[in-house]
Amino acid sequence: MTPFTYARASDVPDAVRLASLEATKYLGGGTNLVDLMRETIERPEALVDVTGLSAAIEDHQGGLLIGAAARNTALAEHRMVRETYPVLARAILSGASAQVRNMATVGGNLLQRTRCAYFYDPEGSRCNKRSPGEGCDAVGGFNRMHAILGASSACIATHPSDMCVALAALDALIHVQGPAGERTVALTDLHRLPADRPDLDSTLEPGELITAVALPSLPTGAHSTYRKVRDRASYAFALVSVGAVLAVEDGIITDVRIALGGVAHKPWRASTAEAALRGRQATPENFRAAAEAELLDAQPLRDNGFKVPLAIRTITATLGELTGENA
Amino acid sequence: MNLLDQAKQAVQGMAQAVMTKAVALAPDSWVPGGQPDPLMHSKHGLIGAPVSRLDGPLKVTGKAAFAAEFPLPDMVYAALAYSTIAKGRIRSLDIARAEKAPGVVLVMTHHNAPRLQPPPLFLSEEKAAAGDNLPVMQDDRIHWNGQPIALILAGTQEQADHAASLIRATYIEEDAQISIAAARAEGTTQSQFMGQPLHNESGDAEAALAEAPFKVDATYTTPRHNHNPIELHAVTLFWQGGVLRVHDAQQLVTHSAFTLSRVFDIPEEKVIITSPYVGGGFGSKSLWQHHILAAAAARMAGRPVRLMLSREGVYRIVGGRSPTEQRVALGATADGKLTALIHSGLTVKTPHNAMPEPFILPTRSAYAADNILLDVRHVELDMLGNTFMRAPGEAVGTFALESAMDELAEKLGMDPIELRLRNEPEKDPTSGLPFSARHIAQAWRTGAERFGWHRRKPVPGTVREGEWLVGMGCATATYPYYRMPGGAARLTLTSDGHVTVDVAVHEMGMGTATVQSQVTAERLGLSIDMIRFNYGDSTLPGLIMAGGSQQTAATGASILAAYDALKKELVALAGNSSPLAGLKPDEVGSRDAGLCKLDEPDRYDSYAAILGRARREEVRVEASPPPPLETMHWSMHSHGAMFCEARVNIVTGEPRISRFLGSFDCGRILNPKTAASQFRGGIIMGLGLALMEETQFDERKGRIMNANLADYHVPVHLDVPEIDVIWTDIPDPHTPMGARGVGEIGITGTGAAVANAIYNATGKRIRDLPITLDKLL
Ligand SMILES: Cc1cc2nc3c(=O)[nH]c(=O)nc-3n(C[C@H](O)[C@H](O)[C@H](O)COP(=O)(O)OP(=O)(O)OC[C@H]3O[C@@H](n4cnc5c(N)ncnc54)[C@H](O)[C@@H]3O)c2cc1C
Repeated sequence: MTPFTYARASDVPDAVRLASLEATKYLGGGTNLVDLMRETIERPEALVDVTGLSAAIEDHQGGLLIGAAARNTALAEHRMVRETYPVLARAILSGASAQVRNMATVGGNLLQRTRCAYFYDPEGSRCNKRSPGEGCDAVGGFNRMHAILGASSACIATHPSDMCVALAALDALIHVQGPAGERTVALTDLHRLPADRPDLDSTLEPGELITAVALPSLPTGAHSTYRKVRDRASYAFALVSVGAVLAVEDGIITDVRIALGGVAHKPWRASTAEAALRGRQATPENFRAAAEAELLDAQPLRDNGFKVPLAIRTITATLGELTGENA
Repeated sequence: MNLLDQAKQAVQGMAQAVMTKAVALAPDSWVPGGQPDPLMHSKHGLIGAPVSRLDGPLKVTGKAAFAAEFPLPDMVYAALAYSTIAKGRIRSLDIARAEKAPGVVLVMTHHNAPRLQPPPLFLSEEKAAAGDNLPVMQDDRIHWNGQPIALILAGTQEQADHAASLIRATYIEEDAQISIAAARAEGTTQSQFMGQPLHNESGDAEAALAEAPFKVDATYTTPRHNHNPIELHAVTLFWQGGVLRVHDAQQLVTHSAFTLSRVFDIPEEKVIITSPYVGGGFGSKSLWQHHILAAAAARMAGRPVRLMLSREGVYRIVGGRSPTEQRVALGATADGKLTALIHSGLTVKTPHNAMPEPFILPTRSAYAADNILLDVRHVELDMLGNTFMRAPGEAVGTFALESAMDELAEKLGMDPIELRLRNEPEKDPTSGLPFSARHIAQAWRTGAERFGWHRRKPVPGTVREGEWLVGMGCATATYPYYRMPGGAARLTLTSDGHVTVDVAVHEMGMGTATVQSQVTAERLGLSIDMIRFNYGDSTLPGLIMAGGSQQTAATGASILAAYDALKKELVALAGNSSPLAGLKPDEVGSRDAGLCKLDEPDRYDSYAAILGRARREEVRVEASPPPPLETMHWSMHSHGAMFCEARVNIVTGEPRISRFLGSFDCGRILNPKTAASQFRGGIIMGLGLALMEETQFDERKGRIMNANLADYHVPVHLDVPEIDVIWTDIPDPHTPMGARGVGEIGITGTGAAVANAIYNATGKRIRDLPITLDKLL
C-alpha cells in the first residue's frame, strides 16, 4: 500500500472540496478500495471518508431516496425495500458476506471494480483497465467469469455488483455532485461498456461524488425478484444473475424490466427481451424466446460459453417465478 | 534415474534392509502388534472418552500464541517480492526506491544474501523437510513463476509491504516447460514414491479386460489444488549466540530444525523450533523458502524477524497438489467379480522435488481382481514444487477408482455396495499380506442402514423435488496405517504422582495433546489432570511428523516404549518390601496411580510409595519403540463407507449437497469428539475437492491466477450440510491402542460419493473435477 493522507468529510460541499486535489479517492466502507490499495492497483494520495454523509433512507416521490452512505445491510433490511423492492433486498443479501455488507456503502457498491484476476495481478499480468494500452491477458487466459455481452478486444471484464443489477431493473437514478455542480444520471448510464477505454468504469467526472440513489415507484401490480447463479451456495460472485420486475394483467405483460449481472462490463439492461415481451402473453415460451433474443449477440470466450444457455434459462425461470407469484 | 532419486532410493533401501533383518531375528511375540496393546480393550476409562480439547479455552479466548504472535523487542517485519516469469535469469533488480522507503532496514536479494547450502529435500534423508532442494536466493536463476526475488525488512508490516511493491525486476526469459501437453509430447517418466516405483502388475490385465463381458474404461481428471490453512505460514525468529530460535507453524519440528541447520551449516542443536499451536497444516506446514529467507535476513540485520506470508504468498511459495489424468479400466463377470483392474495415468512434478501424486495407492489394497495393472507416470514442469496435501494419492485416486466402480455397477445392474462387497479381497491383492483388521463390510451395512440407502432409486434422474433433481451415491474411503521410524518419548514421574510427557509432536488443531494425555493417563492409571504433555519443540525426543495420519500411532508407540522403561525402573526401585517384589516388569501393569500384578491386582504399590521408599524426587526415562515391523507383516488400512445425497438444479445446473454420512472403520476411536471433527473436516475438504477447488495455473506463464480465497473456492458454511459420522470402533490388534489414524481418510472417497450421487440425480457422469454447474447444464 502506498502512503496516503486521510480526511473525513463533514458535508457534501466539504467532500467535493477536499476531493478537488489530484489523486484523491472517496472512501466508503473501504471493502473494495482498501483491497485495491493493498494490491497497489489503486494508489490515491488522499482519501476523503464519506461515510459520515447522508445514510438516510426516506420516502421520496412515491419511491425511495437512499443516502449514498447507507450501509448495504441497512438498505437490505429496510422495511420498504423488503416489501416494495424485493429485487433489491434479495440482490444485496446475495452478495458478499454479512460482515462485508455491514461495512459496504451504497456509493461504494456502485463503484466497486471488476474482480478479473488479471486486473488484480499488477505484478504479473497485463491489463488495459489498469494500464491503458498494455494489453489484456484475460482474453487468452482464464475467462470463465468474464463478459459475454458488450465486451471489446481491449477488455472482457464484468461488473461484479449484485445491487447494481437490481437498481438497473428498478430504473434507479443516481444523484451526483461535483466541482461543476449537481446532476442526476440513470443507473444504466452510470457504468459504461469498455470499448477502447476500459480504464474508465463509469461516466462520472473526476471529483464527482455520489450523494444518493433515487428509486421511482413501481408500476401497479408489479412483482420483482433477483436470482443469482454462482459456484458455491454463498460468498461468490455471480456467474449470471437476473433482476426482474414484471407486471401482468389478464395474462398480458404490461410492464417488464430485466437486468443481467455477471455478463457485461456494466449491469446489463435486457431491453431486447423487454421489447419482445411488452404487451405479449406471459408464457414460458415467450419468456424463453425473449431471453434467446437478448442473448443473440452474445460472444462467448474460451471458458464462458455456458453463460449463454445459463442466462437464457435463468431469465426464463425468473420471469416464470414472477408469474407464479402473480397467479 | 537422476541423482536425487538414486540418493533417495539408497536411503530407502537401507531402511528396508534394516527392517528385513530385524524381522528375521525377532521372535514373533516381540513384533510390535504381535501382542495386542492391552489398552485397546480398556472400557469406561479415558480411552474412547469424549474429552474436550485441553487447549480449547486458550484458543477461544485468544490466548494461544501462534507463530506470528510473538512480539519480540527490536523486531522487524518482512515482506517478499516474487518473480513473474517461470524460467530464466534476473537481468536487473532495481531496489533503490525500496531501500529509501520509510522504515526499511534491509533489502536482501541474491546480490547480498549470505551464502547458504541448498536445503535437503523431504524424503531424501531421514530428517530432511524441504519442499524442494533448490538453492535459496543464491543466484540470478528463476525456477518458477512466484519464486522470491527479494526480501524487505522494515519497522512495520505496512512499511515492508510498501517497499516490496517498489522493487522492479527485469528478466532474461528462457523457454519454460509449463504446458502438460507439450511436456507429455516429449515423453513421460515412471514415477517413484518413497523410493518404490508406482507400478504394480499381476496377471495380464489388458488381456483380461479385452475378454471381460462387462467393462468400464474411462479417463478421470483432477486439477491442481493449493493449500489454504486458515493460519498463514509464518515465522518469528532470531539468532541468539549462534543459535537460531524459531517460533513456527510446523508439522515437522525436528525435521525442519535439522534442515535449517544444514542450510546454515551449523550443528543441528543450534536450531530450535517451537510450534505449540498450528492453525491447520494438511501437509503444507513443512519447510519452505520463507523460513530460510527470514533466518538469513535476521542474521544480516542482527534483529528478530517476523515473516508472515500473505495469502498470495502462500500460493507463490508453498506447494500444493498436482493435477492428475487417470485411466481406470475394470473388467467383470456377470456376477460382478472383477477380472481386470487397471489404474494408470499421468501427473506432474518438478525436477527439484520427489512427489509425484501417487494416485494408485488406494487401489493397491482395494479389490480382489485376478489381473491388476497399476502405474503412475509423470512429466516435470517449471513450477513451484508440488507437495503433500491431505491424503496425497488417495484423495484423487479414490475419485477415479470409486467413480469407475459406480459405472461398472450400473452396467451390471447391480447395487454399487453389493459390487464392492463381492470384490472384498481375502488378503492384500498386491502385497499378498494378510489384513491386520478390515471391517469394511460392517461399515457398509451400518452406514447404508443409517443413511437410508434402500430408498435410492437405481435409475438416474427419477427423483425430483421442485427445481431440484435428487440422487444418492456412495464410495469407499481408504487410507493406510503408517508408523514411521524415529519415534521416541520421555516420561518423568515425580513423587507427587504427576507425569510429564516430552515428545516432539504437533498440534495442528486435531487434538494431539488432548488425546495423548488421555492415552498416557489411562496407561499409567492416572487422571488426565496429572499429565503434563510437552510437544511442538524440536529439542524434545522423537522424530515424529504430523503426516500420513501416523502421529497418533507413532506417539502412542513411543509413549508405550517409555512406559515399559518406566515400569522396569519402578519395579527395580520398588525393593523387597514392595508387594511387587520379585515380579518382572512384564508381569505388572498400572492402576490407580501405581503398579500392580496384572493377574493379581491386589498386589499393588503406588508410584508415590515406590518413589518415597527409594527417596527419589522423580524417575525419568526415555525410550524409542521398535521399528514399524507391523506394516511388513500385515496390510494395514482404514476404510470408510461414504454416502452422499446431492441435488442438482434443473435450471442452472447448480450442484448442492444435502446430506452426507461417513461410516468408518479406523480401529479404536480414542476420542469421539476429536475424531468426529477430523472425519467431518476431511469430508468438508472432500466436498471442496468434488465441487469447487481448482488452482488456475495459466500455462502461458506458469502463473497461478487465483492466488486468493475470493477466487479459489473452498466450501462455505452454506455448502456444507449436516455430516453424520459413525464408526465400527473395532480395535486393530496390531497397532498401539488398537487405533489407526483418522486425519486424512475423510477426504478420500468423498469426491466419488458426490460424483456418483450427482450421476444418480441427473444421469450425467462427470469425470473431470471440480463438478461445476457448467458441466451439468
Ligand atoms: C470478499 C468479498 C466478497 C464480495 N462479494 C460480493 C458479491 O457477491 N456481490 C457483490 O455485489 N459485491 C461483492 N463484494 C463487493 C462489495 O459489495 C463491495 O466491496 C462494496 O459494496 C464496496 O462498498 P464500500 O463502501 O466498501 O466501497 P469502497 O471500497 O469504500 O469504495 C469503492 C469505490 O467507490 C468509490 N466511492 C465510495 N463512495 C463513493 C461516493 N459516495 N461517491 C463516489 N465514489 C465513491 C471509492 O472511491 C472506490 O473507488 C465483495 C467484496 C468482498 C471483499
